Amino acid sequence: MPIRTSIGAVGEKAANTVERIGYFSRFVVGVLRSTPAVFSRFSLTLREVYFAGVFSLVIISVSGLFVGMVLALQGYETLSIFGATESMGVLVALSLVRELGPVVAALLFASRAGSAMTAEIGLMKTTEQLKAMEMMAVDPIARVVAPRFWAGVISMPLLAAIFSAMGIFGGYLVAVKLIGIDPGAFWGQMQAAVDVRHDILNGVIKSIVFGIAVSAIAVYQGYAAKPTAEGVSAATTRTVVTSSLAILAIDFILTVFMFRGTGL
Amino acid sequence: MNRNSTNFWVGVFVLLGLAAIAFLALRVGNLMTWGEPAGYHVTARFDNIGNLKPRAPVKSAGVVVGRVEKIGLDPKSFEAVAQIKIFPQFEFTKDTIAAIYSSGLLGEQFVGLDAGGDTVMLKEGDVIKKTQSAVQLEKLISQFMFSKASEGGTAQTPVAAVPAAQIPAIEGVKK
Amino acid sequence: MNPTLSPSNQIEIDNVFFGYGARQILKGVSLKVPRGSVVGIMGGSGCGKTTLLRLIGGQERPASGRVIVDGKSIPDLDKSALYAARSRMGMLFQFGALFTDLTVAENVAFPMRENTQLSDELINSLVLMKLNAVGLRGAAQLKPSELSGGMARRVALARTIAVDPDLVMYDEPFAGLDPISLSVVGQLIRKLNDALGLTSILVSHDVVASLKIVDYVYFISDGRVVAEGDPESIRASEDPFVKQFVNGFPDGPVPFHVSAKDYRAQMLSPSAP
Repeated sequence: MPIRTSIGAVGEKAANTVERIGYFSRFVVGVLRSTPAVFSRFSLTLREVYFAGVFSLVIISVSGLFVGMVLALQGYETLSIFGATESMGVLVALSLVRELGPVVAALLFASRAGSAMTAEIGLMKTTEQLKAMEMMAVDPIARVVAPRFWAGVISMPLLAAIFSAMGIFGGYLVAVKLIGIDPGAFWGQMQAAVDVRHDILNGVIKSIVFGIAVSAIAVYQGYAAKPTAEGVSAATTRTVVTSSLAILAIDFILTVFMFRGTGL
Repeated sequence: MNRNSTNFWVGVFVLLGLAAIAFLALRVGNLMTWGEPAGYHVTARFDNIGNLKPRAPVKSAGVVVGRVEKIGLDPKSFEAVAQIKIFPQFEFTKDTIAAIYSSGLLGEQFVGLDAGGDTVMLKEGDVIKKTQSAVQLEKLISQFMFSKASEGGTAQTPVAAVPAAQIPAIEGVKK
Repeated sequence: MNPTLSPSNQIEIDNVFFGYGARQILKGVSLKVPRGSVVGIMGGSGCGKTTLLRLIGGQERPASGRVIVDGKSIPDLDKSALYAARSRMGMLFQFGALFTDLTVAENVAFPMRENTQLSDELINSLVLMKLNAVGLRGAAQLKPSELSGGMARRVALARTIAVDPDLVMYDEPFAGLDPISLSVVGQLIRKLNDALGLTSILVSHDVVASLKIVDYVYFISDGRVVAEGDPESIRASEDPFVKQFVNGFPDGPVPFHVSAKDYRAQMLSPSAP
C-alpha cells in the first residue's frame, strides 16, 4: 500500500524531528547547567573567544566596510530622486544598526566561526577524545562544548557592533568623500534620527539572540555528528545552513516585535 | 598558543567591540537623550492631524522644544487630540498657537508653537486653545479650482485671490 | 546489592546481553578477569569486544546480566559513584585519542589536573616519571600532530596510568603500528601491569602480539564466548574457530564467501548481479 507507507514515512520523519528537537533541548540545558564551571575556568572560554572572535575580526570589518559603501552608493541614486540626499546618513545608519549589522555579521559568524566549532567538536568526537575525557571523569560538555558556546555569545554583539561601525564609516567615505554630501548633514541628521534605546539597543539585543542561536546550533551539530569524516563534513554544512535559516527567521520575529508601528 | 598573546588579542577584540558600541551610541545615535527625556505634557486638539506621527518634533522658531507623544481621536467631538511633551527648559504662554507644518512638500510633519503675550504659562495637563490644522493638499486644490470656476462667472475679486493660506487658518481657529 | 564474588576477581561479567534494537551484539557473554592478570579478548571485527569495554566503563548499560568491577555493579551506580569508579580505571583508546590542542606533557597531566589537588610541581614530576616509563620524556613539549603513531600510542599509555588506576583497558593497542612499536607497546603493557600491580584487559585481533603477553584469552564470536584458555592451550587448540583465527586460514567457521545466490544460476541469468 504505497499511500500508507508514504504517510507512515512522513509520520516517522515527524517523530524523528520531534525527537531531535527534544535531544537538542536537553543538550542546551546541559550546556547551560555547566555554566558555573565555564566561568571558574575562564581561560578556556577566553581561548575560544580568541578563536571565534579575534579570528573573525578581519572578515567582519572588511565586509562591514563594503556593505556600508554599497548602501551609500545605492541609496544615493534613490534618494536623489526625492531630493533627499541629506538623509543619506540616516539611511546608512538605520539600515546597519537595526538590520544589516546584526544579521549579516551573524551570517558571517556562522560560516566562519560556527562551522569551525562544529568541525572541531566533531573531530574530537571522531578521534574519541570526548570519550577519553568521559573515562577520565571529566565532563566533555563542560570542558569542550560550553566554553565555545559562551565564546560565541560574547563575541557576537561585539562583532555586530564592529560591523555596523565599519559600515557607517564606509558609508561616510562614499557619501561625503566620494559623492560630496555635506558631512554636517550626514552626521547631524543621523544623530537626530538614530535613537539609542530604540535602534541601537534593539540591534544589540538582536545580535545577542543570534549569538545564542548560532553557537547553540554549531556546538550541537559538532557534538551530535556521526564520528566519521563524512559525518563531520555533513555536520559542518548543517551548521551553516541551519544557522542561516534560524538567523533570518528570528530576525523577522524580533523585527516585528521591536519595530512595530513606529510610523517612521 | 602563548597564554599572554591570546589574552592580549582577546583584550584588543573586546576593546574594539566596546569602542564600536560606544561610537554607535554617541556619534551615531543620540545618547544624550537616553531614556525618556523629562518634560511636561500638554494637549492640543486639531480638526485634522494630517500626517503627524508620534515622536514627531515640536518646534518653535525652528528649534526643537519637545516631542509628540500620542495621537488619538476624541470619540465625542471627533477631533484629533495630540499629546505633546515640552522639554522642561522651555516655557510657553497659555495663548500659544499650535500649528501643523510640513518640512518640505514631501517632508515630515511637525508641530510649530507660536507663543502669544499672555502672562500665564502652560503647565502640565493644560490644553492649547488655539490650533491650526494640517494643510490638506486635496482641499487646497479643490478650493482653488472652485474659485477659478466661479471667477469665470462673476466680475468680483476672484476668491482665488484670497491667499490659500488664510482658508485653512479660518477653518482651524477654535474657541 | 552484594553479589557473590570471588575476591580474586577484579571483573566479573555474567551472562550479559546487549544490542541496538534488532541488532543483538552480545548474547550471553560471561567472563572473569582475575586481579593482577592480563586478559585478552579477541574476535573478528564487530563481534562486540569494544562494547564489552564500554560496559565495564559504564558508558553503556547491558540489557540484562551483571557487570561487576571491584565488587561494584557498574550499571547500578549513580553519576558520582560512576565517576568515582572510573577514576580507578584507565582506558587506552584506539589510536590514542590524545587531546590535539595540548602538548604531550599537558596530555599526561590532564587527569591529574582535573581530578586531583596536587601542586603544579608535583604534577610536573609525576608527568616526567610517567613519560620516562614509556620512554618519551624527550617528547614532552611536542604536540600530538608531531608524533608518530607508535609514539602517540605510548603517550596515551602514559596518560592512562597517570593517576595510578587499578584496572587498565586497552582497545586495539596494536592497531597500525610498525613491528618495533608493536613490540614496545606489548612489552610496556606487560611490564606496567606487573610493576604497578594492575589488572589489564586487552582487546585486539592481533593474535601474535597478544598471545605473547596475556595470561588468559577469551574468544568472542557471534555475541558469545566460543573459546577460552591460556596462550599454550589456545595455540594447541583443535576448535575450528580458534584454529582459523590463530592461523589466519581464509576459510573455516568464518566463511570466505559471504552468503550469495547460486553461482551457476547467477552466471546464466541475464540480469545484473
